[in-house]
Amino acid sequence: MAAGIRTNELRKVYNTAPPLAAGGGGFAFAEKRSKGKQPKPEIVALNGISLDIHSGEIFCLLGPNGAGKSTTVGVLTTRVKPTAGQAWIGEHEVWKEQSAVKRLIGVVAQRPNLDFSLTAREILAFHGAYFGLSSHERNNRAASLLERFKLTDRADQIVRGFSGGMMQRLSIARAMMHDPQVLFLDEPSAGLDPQTRLLLWEIIREYNRSGKTVLLTTHNMEEADALCQRLAIVDHGRIIALGTPTELKASVPGGYLLRLRFGQHSPDLLQRFQALSGVREVRATENNGADLYADRGGSLVSEVANLALAANIELCDVHISEPSLENLFLHHTGRSLRE
Amino acid sequence: MNYKAFMAMLARDVRVARRNIVALLFQTFLQPLMFVFIFGRVMVGSGYMPPSYKSLLLPGIMALSMVGTGIWAVAMPLIGEFQFTREIEDRLLAPMDISWVAIEKVVAGTLQALAAGLMVIPFAWLLLRPGVDLSLHRPILFAIVALLVAVFSACGGLALGCSVEQTHIGLMFSLVVAPMIFFGCTYYPWSALDKFPVMQKIVLVNPLVYASEGLRATLVPQFPHLSLLAVFVALFGFNALFLTVGLRQFHKKAVS
Repeated sequence: MAAGIRTNELRKVYNTAPPLAAGGGGFAFAEKRSKGKQPKPEIVALNGISLDIHSGEIFCLLGPNGAGKSTTVGVLTTRVKPTAGQAWIGEHEVWKEQSAVKRLIGVVAQRPNLDFSLTAREILAFHGAYFGLSSHERNNRAASLLERFKLTDRADQIVRGFSGGMMQRLSIARAMMHDPQVLFLDEPSAGLDPQTRLLLWEIIREYNRSGKTVLLTTHNMEEADALCQRLAIVDHGRIIALGTPTELKASVPGGYLLRLRFGQHSPDLLQRFQALSGVREVRATENNGADLYADRGGSLVSEVANLALAANIELCDVHISEPSLENLFLHHTGRSLRE
Repeated sequence: MNYKAFMAMLARDVRVARRNIVALLFQTFLQPLMFVFIFGRVMVGSGYMPPSYKSLLLPGIMALSMVGTGIWAVAMPLIGEFQFTREIEDRLLAPMDISWVAIEKVVAGTLQALAAGLMVIPFAWLLLRPGVDLSLHRPILFAIVALLVAVFSACGGLALGCSVEQTHIGLMFSLVVAPMIFFGCTYYPWSALDKFPVMQKIVLVNPLVYASEGLRATLVPQFPHLSLLAVFVALFGFNALFLTVGLRQFHKKAVS
């Protein structure tokens, strides 16, 4: 039976640097505590995350580094204790029924955490044994997963000498070894070459077709767009937008984004852009810049250039983005996902 | 507890130990046997030590091998597996309470310590003979002491391994393990400290004292030794303490 994922107002505050189980990374600093001689900075990793991921869905958490994606996965996989809030996998509350939850989930961590004392085949076989698979069953499954992930020729070597991509593939194979109902993949395609990334996407889709739930995190918009049925955009431990990729892209005013930079700042000029047909929103940005949200792209450039010329202001830079999740992130946060 | 997962983890540790068997044997036996050779053979043979010292030394060497092996077998892998690579993660995600992952480490360490202790006796006996006067009159008491010593070493390894960072391994050996060995009544009986009354009291906080004295009491009872009751109570107490501390530290390391 497939299982969904639910969270209710998850909060996680660290008093020290986030340990490795949470994936580390940078976080926003909240105000300092006044107690004690040397107040420790509190690091708010999650600030009220509520999610309802349907069973059988590919769901994506999209956000920049340090947004709280890995901490969310950590809480859902029993590796991070939330400061407040609850989480459920299927019917089981994560923190109270850890063993039952662990039976339902497979986890691929952000960094390969393979057992370096074992060979690739042993890693899969022992993982199967931890989940109670019979010897026959685990040997068969290990062999077929090694084949599927193109690791058969290195199957009986200690994994210490494997390349990053091979370790990543083996981590994913291991997470699938006990056929979990819910698969967590934390930045699964980081460090993979484009060909392997496509193989991974295909494997994830195929796994999902058998009715399994997949939660993946990424800061790669193309990946989220290509793979996910729904996604949540996360920033500073909060969900800032949630929906299907199409819905979310449509929620950006106009869809297109023109990022402009001028020789000098002129509120007057920005006012005039607002009157151009198809322009939905104009925002002033740093360094004499402006973001134009509009329902057309290239055809606006000449009009913008003419207005700037008429105002005797130099147009230094133009960048056109087609409707994308990047535009959505920019619209909500004023920052690029890539920054 | 999930019996299958627990046994699978034990099988994993056996597989890893078997793979490293040569290194493991050298690591376990080389140092104790060199001690046996120099102190028991060279020093006694050259007349600096009385012949009876051979028998006195052997239980101490056994305690030393067991404690060294158990601590090493549990602490070193744990320190490594909790580091950046998080090798232990897969076992923490197995469908059982994570305390059992720690207890499995203790069981594996106990078995290794027992194997080391039992194997060092024939090796040392071969190196020292003739003139070793061991008497196993109370085999059950000996077995209980040996088991308590082995469990102590593994629980100590758990507590140390979950409290020490990789960068401090050297410090752990020079600050904790080395003083424990030198003040652990391994090369001399506790009664030999009669002339150093303050030190004699202080070393009683060292669990290795009870390990050495307990093995002395059951293997060479002809020498003066601490009472077995004191040995049992102390070792039992230390085991409970180190297991509690070890499990707490393990949880701290395992869950953020």
